[in-house]
Amino acid sequence: MNDHQQNNTTTMQENEFDAIVVGSGISGGWAAKELCEKGLKVIVLERGKDVKHVTDYKNAMKAPWEFPHRGSRTQKMIEDYPVLKRDYPLNETNLDWWASDKDSPYTEVKRFDWFRGYQVGGRSLLWGRQSYRWSDFDFEGNVRDGVGVDWPVRYKDIESWYTYVEKFAGISGSREGLPQLPDSHFLPAMELNCVERDASDRIKKAFGGKRSLIIGRVAHATAALAHSPGRGTCQFRNKCWLGCPYGGYFSTQASTLPAAMATGNLTIRPFSIVTRILYDKDTKRATGVEVLDAETNQTYEYRSKIVFLNASTLNSTWVLMNSATDVWPDGLGSSSGQLGRNLMDHHLGVWASGDVDGYADQYYYGNRPNGFYIPRFRNLQGDKQEFLRGFGYQGAASRTGWSREVGEYSIGAEYKDALLEPGPWRIGMGAFGEMLPDERNRVTLDKTRQDKWGLNVLAIDCELRENENLMRQDMLNAGLEIIEASGAKNVTGGIGDGTPGRGIHEMGTARMGHDPKTSVLNKWNQVWDAPNVFVTDGSFMTSAACQNPSLTYMAFTARAADHAVSELKKMNL
Amino acid sequence: MMNRRDAIARVGLIMGGTVVGAEAFLSGCAPSGGSAAAATTFTPAVVAMLDEVGETILPTTAKSPGAKAAKIGEFMKVIVTDCYDKADQEVFATAVPSINALASETYGKPFMDLAGDERHALLVTLDQSARDHDGGLEDGDPAHYFTLVKQLTLWGFFTSEVGSTEGLRYLPVPGKYDGCTEYEDGDRAWAAI
Repeated sequence: MNDHQQNNTTTMQENEFDAIVVGSGISGGWAAKELCEKGLKVIVLERGKDVKHVTDYKNAMKAPWEFPHRGSRTQKMIEDYPVLKRDYPLNETNLDWWASDKDSPYTEVKRFDWFRGYQVGGRSLLWGRQSYRWSDFDFEGNVRDGVGVDWPVRYKDIESWYTYVEKFAGISGSREGLPQLPDSHFLPAMELNCVERDASDRIKKAFGGKRSLIIGRVAHATAALAHSPGRGTCQFRNKCWLGCPYGGYFSTQASTLPAAMATGNLTIRPFSIVTRILYDKDTKRATGVEVLDAETNQTYEYRSKIVFLNASTLNSTWVLMNSATDVWPDGLGSSSGQLGRNLMDHHLGVWASGDVDGYADQYYYGNRPNGFYIPRFRNLQGDKQEFLRGFGYQGAASRTGWSREVGEYSIGAEYKDALLEPGPWRIGMGAFGEMLPDERNRVTLDKTRQDKWGLNVLAIDCELRENENLMRQDMLNAGLEIIEASGAKNVTGGIGDGTPGRGIHEMGTARMGHDPKTSVLNKWNQVWDAPNVFVTDGSFMTSAACQNPSLTYMAFTARAADHAVSELKKMNL
Repeated sequence: MMNRRDAIARVGLIMGGTVVGAEAFLSGCAPSGGSAAAATTFTPAVVAMLDEVGETILPTTAKSPGAKAAKIGEFMKVIVTDCYDKADQEVFATAVPSINALASETYGKPFMDLAGDERHALLVTLDQSARDHDGGLEDGDPAHYFTLVKQLTLWGFFTSEVGSTEGLRYLPVPGKYDGCTEYEDGDRAWAAI
């Protein structure tokens, strides 16, 4: 009956495991690895199809001209993907890895661009790989500003877990000693190019050392990782989102899944939509989950001692909302009234760029899958703005290509021959702004609307508010100032589309806190109302900071898995 | 998350690196309207003429083959048919008849019968007209047909096999990144990989 189950263990009842992990993206992969390595029999339930490392990266080795539309979107794709078409994800080269908008509808009370990856590996195949630690400027932000609830965790609680996951995942970067952006355990840093190096020096000088331009920190193996013999090193192709046949960047497939598989404790079942968590109101514990087979529409039950929800921020909350409704009408974990609330993203779309004179005798070799990073400098170390929190920038300098104007030539031999060579340099960057938690930004179940499996869809009601809009103006002004200071000319910038969702950093809706009356999870990512359920994807985030969040999900997942196993041993779960 | 940086680089590559181009590409095209205006019929003669128009924009030189070697007419057919929205298809459909009309007006014969220098002179004039036209556009106005033809020629050639490997430098597996290398005049730009 269980055609989809890829069994790696025969020692247990088919539908009974020590742990169930819902979802196989960045955090689900980590949960599976940690729990398997600690000896638990684990099943990973993934709603989408399987994607095998290397062999299913069917476009990874293709040249640009081997794509019928050179990678571009067709009108058919635009028709089929009314949400995905709103930004860059809709393209010809990796369309299979973005969820079908038609099969996965949701209700937009206000516009929210939700870009999803439903397959084994989830969005770990597609992510930007930028990896930054948080500091106590971030963990203490809410209590300092009187916003939302206090994080029940401080940097000292998570520091060793950052180190732990970094050693395994492989994070490339440079040691900078910045208090707001603690250094990771680094593999060798990628290089800034010569224009970026000079820009970095000028920016440091112009702002008295309070703003810095550093090389981005990325989950790329810039050196061999002895513990992951299946992973090679980054080949600097920058074709990461086609899947990396070298295992050059961290993904579930390249990194955590092989480790989990190697234990012999892992079972993985694709096409498995977890519809609800089974809950025993006498023991106040989850007993397992109900699964709807996405292909056969059959329903199965899986039993376990613990459940890890890693279905992605909004989908984990959806599972909770759909569960234990006989006890709590708004779902498991809803007793505080906070389930579904405080949805956050990073707001994007603000940019600045300029022309760089000179450096005509300088170029670069290789496609760097990374750029520079300008860490947060607002509302820190004596800086005080009319808005709360801050933002970072990510960008690059590069030589212009064949689309540039060439002096007096508009067509013809001289024009073409000139375009065979690189053009003048440009430098540019975009901002990533922190969004405050706000109870009004929320998701609910839309009971008037069902998907093709008959499941109620999510309704999303979220928007940028006063603090974000004030910040966006400063993101532009400060960006122009920095690009000017870098030495560039003809500096321009703009405030583009900042619709929530476009950051693809959905966070919150099941926040952790000190108090079960005001939060969904405790400091170990356990649902207050069902302590053997752990939520360790972006749902748990109590605030958003402005750093790319995945590294923080990894660290909290490893920490929660450790806690779960220790509590199991103590018979507390 | 995701490959924002890659996507922006990719868009820069396709549309010329300008923010305007990037926005147009990212937002896709306007929803298809109900207009009855004709789309291009890509007969072999039309494809052959687009090859020559493309070759006039990016000709074969001592340094590399030109757009015709990249089968630019066939490329335009695929992109215009599958990727363009109705409004752009309609603008593009005017390209071949308009270029022929301009050729007849100027030289008394169709484009295919013009000598190389006549073709070049004609398209230089047309490029200026397109710039004048596009300079006065309001949001949502269609671009000049020659702007579309030229964009397709650049994109099609520089991402083709011949454009990438014989025009630019194509290096599918660099293996390392060096941020500061010496550049000498005449060194080719890196092709997209």
